[in-house]
Amino acid sequence: MPALSPEIWSAIRLTVQLAALTTLILIIFGTPIAWWLARSPRWYKEVVGTLVALPLVLPPTVLGFYLLLALGPDGPGGLLAQSWGARTLAFTFEGLVIGSVIYSLPFVVQPIRNAFEAMGDRPLEVAATLRASPARAFWTVALPLARPGLLTGAVLGFAHTVGEFGVVLMIGGNIPGETKVLSVAIYDFVETLRWREANILAFGMVVFAFLVILSVTLLDRRLRRRAK
Amino acid sequence: MSGDIIEAAFEDRFERFTLNAAFTAPNRGITALFGPSGCGKTTVLRCLAGLERVRNGRCRIGGETWQTPDTFIPPHRRAIGYVFQEPSLFPHLTVRGNLLFARRGQPPAGAAETAAFDDLVSLLRLEPLIDRNPERLSGGERQRVALARALLSRPRVLLMDEPLSALDQEAREEILPFLERLHRTLDIPVIYVTHDLQEIERLADWLVLLERGRVIASAPLDRVLGDPALPLARRRDASVALDAQLAGFDAAYGLLELRIAGATLRVPGTPPDPAGPLRLRIRASDVSIALAPPGPSSILNILPATIVSAQPQGATDMLVVLQLGAAGEEGTRLLARITRRSWETLGLALGQPVQAQIKGAALAFA
Repeated sequence: MPALSPEIWSAIRLTVQLAALTTLILIIFGTPIAWWLARSPRWYKEVVGTLVALPLVLPPTVLGFYLLLALGPDGPGGLLAQSWGARTLAFTFEGLVIGSVIYSLPFVVQPIRNAFEAMGDRPLEVAATLRASPARAFWTVALPLARPGLLTGAVLGFAHTVGEFGVVLMIGGNIPGETKVLSVAIYDFVETLRWREANILAFGMVVFAFLVILSVTLLDRRLRRRAK
Repeated sequence: MSGDIIEAAFEDRFERFTLNAAFTAPNRGITALFGPSGCGKTTVLRCLAGLERVRNGRCRIGGETWQTPDTFIPPHRRAIGYVFQEPSLFPHLTVRGNLLFARRGQPPAGAAETAAFDDLVSLLRLEPLIDRNPERLSGGERQRVALARALLSRPRVLLMDEPLSALDQEAREEILPFLERLHRTLDIPVIYVTHDLQEIERLADWLVLLERGRVIASAPLDRVLGDPALPLARRRDASVALDAQLAGFDAAYGLLELRIAGATLRVPGTPPDPAGPLRLRIRASDVSIALAPPGPSSILNILPATIVSAQPQGATDMLVVLQLGAAGEEGTRLLARITRRSWETLGLALGQPVQAQIKGAALAFA
């Protein structure tokens, strides 16, 4: 294996950091959203569900454009940035995290919501008749039973953030060590005709994507069999 | 007084039927909610548990108020045990984990508590299953675990929703003896939903009869079974179920002598171990009527009785209610199905002393 340049290593490190942080945030905030979407009897939950699903169909440039406005000096993100003396959240790692969280939200929320819906009311009713409060039922019954969905959501969220390109280009630009993630680095290498580096990274991504999908499928099958 | 009864009244309109069910039952023994499917019996049970919240409901059990039009205690604050129709074990926990789930969130277990856990595990023969996953249990085994789990939450009332109906005949026969033993050894009132008459004859003490969302009777088992005005007595397989005391055992012929109010019967069987109350089932079609004691007969049980009521049934039959014992005595009531022709030929009438010939009396359980 040829030695990778520090430039490439920096892009890999940055990508992994971004994807890991995004996934963590999405699991923490996406799980309650998924729970509410699965269990609430309110009709307007589907409006919220649609908002969550929007990044699936919107062109990344549209999302990136609005994020750019929101994170820029005149948007709420800029106001936030001023509180620690910066001028804007656009073209920063923090801004990239915010963008990734929104962009990957449906990939995490949907599998978790499906898992909560698939278990039905019965396990929670059983827990209630065994004196478990709704909170205890959530932690000790609903979450463990939704584990396949949580795992799928985490893996998809991570992988999708790794593969993100359009939004990053719009709000992150191409700053090495700060916003230059793998997908942007590949684009950059091609632009500058550095085919060898582009090849290495592109093939690496193909292998990564293959392994992710394969492991999700196998994991899902195993957990599903166990849950029966 | 109000401490030892169950009072319930639930009213609401559902998509498929209107519920307007009110009944009072003793807060002891097994009370069965019985009726055809779709009559609302499961809904009533879910209301008692608080799993369903109807618009207009009242529920008091053993002096505790769980629901009025203004208050609603959520299910996890009600001291109930609930056994669902299909054994709903947590698939992510072992049998032990399922059992201990019922114990968590409660005051720490003392020595007596631990002993109760062990007793229950051995009563329901769960020792060999304790470290298995639910997926590796049979349907009957799962339901036994579910029953133990419900009991371990220390309920003040045990609610059971057709706990045997999802099981095959073999598994059913495996569970029924456990239920009977619980009935005799544990002092927890049980409300038991079923549409199976045989389960009622074996288990119930009190019967609440439901029809299209309404309660049409709530009374002791023998009164409901033997009331010709109610649908159970009009069934082809109508019978009465009677609690009996063991009076003796004729080992030479294998016959038990059983005492019921107003009579003693001889029934094939073996004395129960441990000695406890026994239950007899006597079908209406197994009881015939004679005017005078017949001569020598192969029928073992021929008892003096009085005709209390009679009703034509179909084109050919009469359903007769007999009271055992000499006239004026408050004896056990039996049903007899005879032909209308016999009724007229013998010149039978209400209040008439007759002889009840019981061709087959059988223990409802051994």
